[in-house]
Amino acid sequence: MPTFVKRILGLVIVVGVLVAVNGWASRDGLFGFGLPYYYAELLSLTGISIILAVSLNLITGFTGQFSIGHAGFMAVGAYSSVFLTVYFSQPVEVWLTGLVGATVAQALVFLGIILFGALIAALAGLVVGIPSLRLRGDYLAIVTLGFAEIIRIIILNIDRVGGATGFRGAVSPWEGRAIIPQYANFLWIGGFAVITIVVVYNIVRSDVGRALISIREDELAAEAMGINTTRYKVLAFVISSAFAGIAGSLFGHYRQFLHTNDFQFIRSIEIIIMIVLGGMGSITGAVLGAIVITILPELLRQLPGNLIHYRLVIYSALLIVIMLTRPQGVMGAREFGIPWLKRSQKQPEGDKPAGEKGVPIAQSQEVRK
Amino acid sequence: MDTFVQQLINGLNVGAIYALIALGYTMVYGILRLINFAHGDVYMVGAFAGFYIALYVGFAAGPSWMALAVVLVGAMIIAALVGMVIERFAYRPVRKYSRMTTLIMAIGVSLLIENLFVAQIGATPRAFPDFLGSQSQAPYRLFGNAAISKAQIVIFLVSIALMLLLQWVVFKTKVGTAMRAVSFNLNSAKLMGINTDAIISLTFAIGSALAAAGGVLTAQYNPNIDPLMGILTGLKAFVAAVLGGIGNIPGAVLGGLLIGAAETFVVGYGQHIGIASTYRDAVAFAILILVLLLRPSGLLGSTVQEKV
Repeated sequence: MPTFVKRILGLVIVVGVLVAVNGWASRDGLFGFGLPYYYAELLSLTGISIILAVSLNLITGFTGQFSIGHAGFMAVGAYSSVFLTVYFSQPVEVWLTGLVGATVAQALVFLGIILFGALIAALAGLVVGIPSLRLRGDYLAIVTLGFAEIIRIIILNIDRVGGATGFRGAVSPWEGRAIIPQYANFLWIGGFAVITIVVVYNIVRSDVGRALISIREDELAAEAMGINTTRYKVLAFVISSAFAGIAGSLFGHYRQFLHTNDFQFIRSIEIIIMIVLGGMGSITGAVLGAIVITILPELLRQLPGNLIHYRLVIYSALLIVIMLTRPQGVMGAREFGIPWLKRSQKQPEGDKPAGEKGVPIAQSQEVRK
Repeated sequence: MDTFVQQLINGLNVGAIYALIALGYTMVYGILRLINFAHGDVYMVGAFAGFYIALYVGFAAGPSWMALAVVLVGAMIIAALVGMVIERFAYRPVRKYSRMTTLIMAIGVSLLIENLFVAQIGATPRAFPDFLGSQSQAPYRLFGNAAISKAQIVIFLVSIALMLLLQWVVFKTKVGTAMRAVSFNLNSAKLMGINTDAIISLTFAIGSALAAAGGVLTAQYNPNIDPLMGILTGLKAFVAAVLGGIGNIPGAVLGGLLIGAAETFVVGYGQHIGIASTYRDAVAFAILILVLLLRPSGLLGSTVQEKV
């Protein structure tokens, strides 16, 4: 099958699955089979977690720069996009509805809002990234944490987005929408999760991705090879922040309520746990981690009796056990998928690239001769 | 002027507590290059250890100096043990792995301690017994209208005494020499016959004991203690350690005092220049970012050239 046919087929399947799941998760259900709202919400939150985990993996897993401030960029995206929706989107939506009809108008407006949120978050990423990425390791971690806290405290002090009472809609002296419209549904969230995965996958496999991975492996060596490490680190950081902003605006337009408590230090930690669990430097691992970490606390709610209070204890003990037994994460840097399933079929020796596991470099060079 | 002196006293008081906690961060970082995220939680454990000692020994009934001394020492011993257990079972097994692994381990330990406490005793604040009597908050006039309370005097005296004791241990005893050797170069220290594992364990014990003292002392000033009290205080104390130059003991004290004073001044004077007092918690982080950008080695730290 030619590649483009495969791609179109893949696209059709992905869109089909998303539309079907979206119908299933909507209030009306699909062919009379609806998903209870609790599970539908969990499904959407999982999608948002996937965007966050995969995007953080670009900077932490592939570039090796430990950032504990991802929730801060999510907050920037969430607040800036919801701000635009509440105070400025209504006239545009009314005008567009006259031109193309309500459904398309709403979709266009929301797309614009999401891109705006991503843009502002990317700008925040640039402003934070340029100075902080000069630092390494622990220092970078603690500076990103500091920036995320500062972002949160600044938002907490802006009255127009509700401050400490939270943001539900227009705040009294200013005029705008009284409640945040629920633009986002599973189709949007799932769609952007797929887009995030595809974009990050393609970045990682491009020359930019090679540069990022070389920075992770050895920054000094990468620099010696002529890679402008600062430029690539900032680039990864900005892209990662933009996706965190997208996740934030989807979150805001799904929940219809924003509070700075949702974007605390612990939220950033949660995203880190997702990629640590799945394996740093593995996209499928990050997806897996995002699913497990979003659903696990809910599953643990069903623990019997007293154990329910120990939900979060189990959660943190799990993190420690993973670090003790498998510090590279469950998946490590490996990916799983169709090729992984096919791998059980024996490969001819000569096909393996030099230096890969199991084939000493000297031997594989002999084979090549 | 009165207000200024008053703010300074309050600020240095908060700062003294940050300094006690920052010492633990700086000592551990000096030896293992590890940000011990669980250190803020050890401070919380210390406060609760003091609370339960007072409860079970029966000192909660009436105020006495004796009770304060027993609770302080008891809390320090318990926290020291907790610190040693954390080091032995969480950090030692991952010491050989990458720094990101150890950092995540530290975050995991921190979350575990917090959640264990929340699950066990609930998140509602407890009232720490007042050992200094009903007069603890009554101020002594210094000059003008500036005043200092009994609790503040106790905090100053005890923290200064502990810092001097630490200085003596680190610079005048054999153990202190070993600690400095390990922090200079772990492998060389091992070759010189120093039992590095024991020294690292001891470092955790001392750092944790100091944090616990900070916990008990804070509780004399602000008696509400809860399982999450260590998160923000711990982060600020870490900032203090970085400000002073991480790995540097006098630096941690200086950093702590500066952070405490800066925070209090923002609350006291911030509104005159348009900074709301709600920015209080952002001050430490803003200072951190400025320090790391302008002078990453901190005020008293020395620059280390990275070897290729």
